[in-house]
Amino acid sequence: MTKWSRIFIKSNVWIPLIAIVLGLLCGAIVMWIGGYNAWSAYSALWQKVSGSKYDIGETIRTITPLLFTGLSVGFAFRAGLFNIGADGQFIMGMTGATIVGIKLHGLPWIVHAPIAVIVGALVGGLWGAIAGVLKSSRGVNEVISCIMLNWIALYLSNYLVRTLVLEKGQQRSQMIQDSASLSIGWLSKAMDNARMDGGIWVALICVAVFYVLLWRTKQGYELRAVGHNADAAKVAGIDVKSSLLKSMMISGIFAGLGGVFEVLGVFHYQVISAASSGYGFDGIAVALLGGNHPIGILLGSILFGVLTYGSAGMNFTANVPTEIVRIVIGCIIFFVASHGFIQMLLNPRKPRRSSKKKGAVERGSDLGLG
Amino acid sequence: MDLISDLANLVNSTLVFTTALIFGAMGGLFSERSGVFNIGIEGMMTGGAFAAAIATWYAEKAGYGAASPWLGLAAGIVCGIMISLLLAVAAVTLKANQAVVGVVINILAAAITLYLVKIIFNGAGDTDVLSDVYSKWAIPWLSDIPFFGKALFNTYPTTYMAYVLVPLCSYLLFKTPFGLRLRSVGEHPGASDTVGINVTKYRYIGVLISGLLAGMGGAAITLTTTGNFSHSTVSGQGFIALAAMIFGRWSPWGVFGATFFFGMAQALRNFVKLYDWSKDIPMEFLYMFPYVLTLLVLAGAVGKSVKGPAAAGEPYDPSKR
Repeated sequence: MTKWSRIFIKSNVWIPLIAIVLGLLCGAIVMWIGGYNAWSAYSALWQKVSGSKYDIGETIRTITPLLFTGLSVGFAFRAGLFNIGADGQFIMGMTGATIVGIKLHGLPWIVHAPIAVIVGALVGGLWGAIAGVLKSSRGVNEVISCIMLNWIALYLSNYLVRTLVLEKGQQRSQMIQDSASLSIGWLSKAMDNARMDGGIWVALICVAVFYVLLWRTKQGYELRAVGHNADAAKVAGIDVKSSLLKSMMISGIFAGLGGVFEVLGVFHYQVISAASSGYGFDGIAVALLGGNHPIGILLGSILFGVLTYGSAGMNFTANVPTEIVRIVIGCIIFFVASHGFIQMLLNPRKPRRSSKKKGAVERGSDLGLG
Repeated sequence: MDLISDLANLVNSTLVFTTALIFGAMGGLFSERSGVFNIGIEGMMTGGAFAAAIATWYAEKAGYGAASPWLGLAAGIVCGIMISLLLAVAAVTLKANQAVVGVVINILAAAITLYLVKIIFNGAGDTDVLSDVYSKWAIPWLSDIPFFGKALFNTYPTTYMAYVLVPLCSYLLFKTPFGLRLRSVGEHPGASDTVGINVTKYRYIGVLISGLLAGMGGAAITLTTTGNFSHSTVSGQGFIALAAMIFGRWSPWGVFGATFFFGMAQALRNFVKLYDWSKDIPMEFLYMFPYVLTLLVLAGAVGKSVKGPAAAGEPYDPSKR
């Protein structure tokens, strides 16, 4: 309980809130410059999100992958790693789930679906672990290896889908077996046929897992110690290499699960595409806004999901290009990052203290490229 | 005979693809050498590509003819510098997290450019195809040399600039007082400050040069390879430039080697299509090849020596000196 009250008492809870307001203001200014009515655009956004049961359901669907990749990036940040490769891990998770979902026949749902989930998650985890191994055993910077692995994942999954499970005459895979589906039929019906699936529940469990792993286990303590100061952790007798590997693997599993539910829960097939979905990069934004704390990441993903899904309404009703939402998101993160600026606004007379770095959010930077 | 002419073509188109990457990677190099981690290269290149397309388009309509791409290039440079100013203010003055600001720049650049394209071109997702873009210049005498003439001296003006850029950057960084100071600020800002080097000033310069070069790189893509601007014009080349910078171990010649390698990989995709045997290789493997090879090379090279500037990523705080 004390923990909760502390979160709300901490003055820096105001920073994200003010950043959100400033971000929306920036969006309004950009719309005003472009000759649009910002007020009607924002109300269209809100109506789109909260308009009907269907829209609420679809908003939750939009939030789910953002939450998964946000957790993925946040977890790695906590261990001092910049996982820019959540994109590739997401794609590999999709591919693993697709192939298992299509190729295995005649299994009951209770067996098939869990196998597909586990395989997808593990493939994502292994993809993350590659970067972890390269980092811990060869000292390869995880930023560069993740960028490479993102591209390799994209082409590898395209190749696998094209040669193993292609739907004839289409640029996508066949449909997965019904026994692998994780769509929740009765819930979809209750939500006017929005695509509801098990993803959001598993994602919420992952939020709890994230917290317990990092703050309630010895391993998690070690991971965070490595994230704060790898040298000190090493001197204290922590196995830095295996910590790096573990955190990349877990990070990859989170991202992979995101991909799994996109296939098994939402689309039921995988598309051959020339570019990635971008969920991994959105995950970086979510993790940053959420301060790499599981609850923060949850709130961040809700905000981004609402804005992203609502942007379609802005486009339809107020004719505003959907990109405006990306601009708002970018501005929000910018203001969160340069919180010195907001502190000046809040308290102009107090001299701006040199930002005393705390936690792994900031650690992310001084990994820089070193 | 035929093979030699094919090879010359391959080198030629490799260098065209390399051009954008080398500008981007050199941009990243300057920023990082001054101690500012710049993951926003992608966004700066996007901004440069966009500004070049728009400026060239307006110049065309105003009847500037062959001068239009030069105005486009200038616009690309200005736009790149403006975007990098955002990074400089946030990361150096406000001491914000540099990785975060870089991500923000990528998000904002992609969104704002597309937003403006949609406004200017009535909702279309890409600009009109430009007619006055750069054409290849054959340099008299030099272009008559067998093989090398065709490979090296019959290409776009931006590529000629890239030829000059590498030795120039190498000289600037390693042979001038300016370069020494810039590098010292990236290695140990505290010590540099003690001997009277203005850390803030040099970091601003490093970041702004970075924006200038990345903007040029983006403009080079629009004005030579694609001929218009859409969301897919830059499509990850900024990240590849960043990878090339690390791959090239933060040195201008190393960066040149790495960008040439990635450029060749891009050129090879089109090149092998000319041969029948390429039909047996899945295209995906061909696309994957440079990335897999990079990973293998990095894994093979013993990691310890691959270290960037020591202070890259940390805001400088005099009170902690």
